[in-house]
Amino acid sequence: MSLEFITKYLPLYEKAAWLTVRIGFAGVVLSIVIGLLCAAIQYYRIPVLSGLTAVYIELSRNTPLLVQLFFLYYGLPKIGVRTDAQVCGMAGLAFLGGSYMAEAFRSGLEAVEKIQMESAQSLGMNRYQTMRYVILPQAFSISVPAFVANVIFLLKETSVFSAISLMDLMFTAKDLIGLYYKMTESLFLLVVFYLIILLPVSILGAALERRVRYAGFGA
Amino acid sequence: MAGPLLQDVPGQDIACGQALLTMEHVTKRFEESLILDDISLTIQKGEVIVLVGSSGCGKSTMLRCINALEPIQGGIIRLGEEQIDPKSRGLTSIRQKIGMVFQSYELFPHMTVLDNILLAPMKVQKRKKADITEEAVILLERVGLKEKAGCFPRQLSGGQKQRVAIVRALCMHPELMLFDEVTAALDPEMVREVLDVILALAAQGRTMLIVTHEMQFARAVADRVLFLDKGKIIENAPPEEFFENPKTERAKQFLNTFSFETVKGKDKQGK
Ligand SMILES: Nc1ncnc2c1ncn2[C@@H]1O[C@H](COP(=O)(O)OP(=O)(O)O)[C@@H](O)[C@H]1O
Ligand SMILES: [Mg+2]
Repeated sequence: MSLEFITKYLPLYEKAAWLTVRIGFAGVVLSIVIGLLCAAIQYYRIPVLSGLTAVYIELSRNTPLLVQLFFLYYGLPKIGVRTDAQVCGMAGLAFLGGSYMAEAFRSGLEAVEKIQMESAQSLGMNRYQTMRYVILPQAFSISVPAFVANVIFLLKETSVFSAISLMDLMFTAKDLIGLYYKMTESLFLLVVFYLIILLPVSILGAALERRVRYAGFGA
Repeated sequence: MAGPLLQDVPGQDIACGQALLTMEHVTKRFEESLILDDISLTIQKGEVIVLVGSSGCGKSTMLRCINALEPIQGGIIRLGEEQIDPKSRGLTSIRQKIGMVFQSYELFPHMTVLDNILLAPMKVQKRKKADITEEAVILLERVGLKEKAGCFPRQLSGGQKQRVAIVRALCMHPELMLFDEVTAALDPEMVREVLDVILALAAQGRTMLIVTHEMQFARAVADRVLFLDKGKIIENAPPEEFFENPKTERAKQFLNTFSFETVKGKDKQGK
């Protein structure tokens, strides 16, 4: 391994890592928003919308992110919508992540037994108070493990961004390998940077899981 | 345990002889099956009513209708002058006046015992935290659970959870308490501790409607026993009368399921 090569191209990786983090973070946040919306629509069985949501979820879960990105990147301009690669990356990640988050939140909500709601109502709580103080905290703690797994899954999925020529980590590594044939060094840096991004998320996620572990269970 | 509980608890003026809960021609159906068939009933202030009947006859459903957790298909239910209706706007204010205790406790698992008790008085009744805490601690002490205030429900035994659930309901200062087989899920040695609490509440003059399969307890606590069968209340009598001389064949059969004949060899006839 050439240390010289590594130090030389470290800044390039650093830049790519920031791009990955930025788009990944934005994609995850958007996923959470979409997921909450969809979960609420399905939980309250809102007519029409819940049907549309179900279609979206199936579509999103059963197609690869790469295909979704191609649709956004090459398809949208065909119908006159101009998009840049970064926006496509975020939108694609959000499209994929939204359904995974929706499923995580919905299963959390549905895992809280109906009689807990009745118990709250029998104390005179209205619908909002019941949701806010009784159902959501329990649903949230039940969703946390799936939620954490989704965040990590989505951040890893960012590695396909290079396909729409976003200069992310994967793109940088492939580029350097192509240019200089420095396979070992390029891949080494790639792994190290993914770990730098994902390990803290993993550790934070595990801590969150530990914090909420008992909250929803063992009534 | 019964002793200290006898002291006054806020929210209770003992004035008997005044209708608190009225049901008039109440009908409840699940799809085609008729669960409550034209039931009329009055519970006076200060009365303790025990509702018995075989499993699946609709006892829980009746309590749930009273708390508007189930809609009814006919008739009217009133608490005092107010109609209880799942669709009415004043529903939450009526529910505050009706305390309900479930067989499965239904404490909120993500909150400590104290927070379970404080939640509704604080958020629903907007009372001061310090005041409710003071009251909660007094009540917890009376049911022998003062030191559990900071525990989570999962750290308590079934009997302890049920006593907390009772305290939680009491802290709302309800006018009527509903108990739905609150000892049915408990190990036998914990049944007593919960029943003692209810007995103490009865002695205090609280108005209660109790569903139970503990017949000795029913006899001790009830002013009147109701027997629900095929959607109708077919017995409505003081406990002595109900247990000694049930009028209907169905009630006799029901009561027989609780008694045992001696079968030991030496007592058997003809040996
Ligand atoms: N939500 C429901 N939908 C349909 N049937 C129900 C529902 N809840 C209860 N039942 C039926 O109503 C009857 C009375 O139930 P319940 O009131 O729980 O009886 P009990 O408390 O006396 O054992 C039972 O036959 C039960 O199967
Ligand atoms: Mg029942």
